[in-house]
Amino acid sequence: MRKASAVVLVVIALLFIYAALDLPPTGDHEAPAAVHVSPRYIESAYKETATQNMVCAVLADYRSFDTLGEVIVIVIAGIAIVYIVGVSRPADEI
Amino acid sequence: MMELIQVALLLIQVVCAVIALTSRDLMVAVILFAAFSFCSALLFTMMGAVDVAFTEAIIGTATTVFYVAVIYRVERGSSK
Amino acid sequence: MRKGFGSIILDVGFRHLTPFLILYAVYVLVHGHYGPGGGFQAGALLGLAVVLGRVVQGQDAELGIGLSGGLVLACTGALIFLAIGLASLLWGGNFLDYGVLPIASAPAEARALGILGIEAGVTMGVMGVIIIMFDLLTRRGERE
Repeated sequence: MRKASAVVLVVIALLFIYAALDLPPTGDHEAPAAVHVSPRYIESAYKETATQNMVCAVLADYRSFDTLGEVIVIVIAGIAIVYIVGVSRPADEI
Repeated sequence: MMELIQVALLLIQVVCAVIALTSRDLMVAVILFAAFSFCSALLFTMMGAVDVAFTEAIIGTATTVFYVAVIYRVERGSSK
Repeated sequence: MRKGFGSIILDVGFRHLTPFLILYAVYVLVHGHYGPGGGFQAGALLGLAVVLGRVVQGQDAELGIGLSGGLVLACTGALIFLAIGLASLLWGGNFLDYGVLPIASAPAEARALGILGIEAGVTMGVMGVIIIMFDLLTRRGERE
């Protein structure tokens, strides 16, 4: 069983390595993601949001609905932990 | 030079992950996991993603604190 | 963690370390517009400051925000985020479109302030969740 799972893992790792050979190199300005979307943000992010950090502008302004969902997921996870782990204690301790 | 350092960091990550998975002592696994996340923070910094590296460093620290606090409450090593 | 690890060296080190940790967290939050950083990292740092106090000094630590405090913080953070989004809806923009809020002269500056507001919300949410997680992981089964 261990041998079979090891063989499967090695095959999957070789597939991943083979797929990664086709990725563009780091910092390539001709990559498909850097041709269409990035210039729009680089040109107009500071003009539209007055924020110098472009990551912050994209994360909290252009894609802020995504960030809202992320925060709500984290808070709901916290509340779920309270109900799962803390349910065995009496109510006056919470 | 840069590629050499990156390859060395990736090799350290692989070794850390394998030892952390196979180790019987939970504290060894936690410390190697912290080393793993530190190496990946360094890799993110080299790729130019400073925000991701910052998040990785802080979350690596936070999860290490959580794991160590939990290990003090459970059995440290597995029986077999 | 009812008792804590507190020797006197840990206690003194904690007392000298915590103000700088909190100051650095606020710097990360406010400086997120100009460099790496932002709400998530600042929230994790603030939560770690509270968790550090809990580890060193035990149950009655000086920064003792407990389970109910963490819950209130997390939900308040998410509600701040939602409230800023709904406020921009109220002033005639889209949801989470802070450019229409009447808090600055130009729409771009209003957007910058809106980003700061929602980052504060994210900070409170993440801080509360980290405190909740630590509290529940370490306090369970310690009823004597």
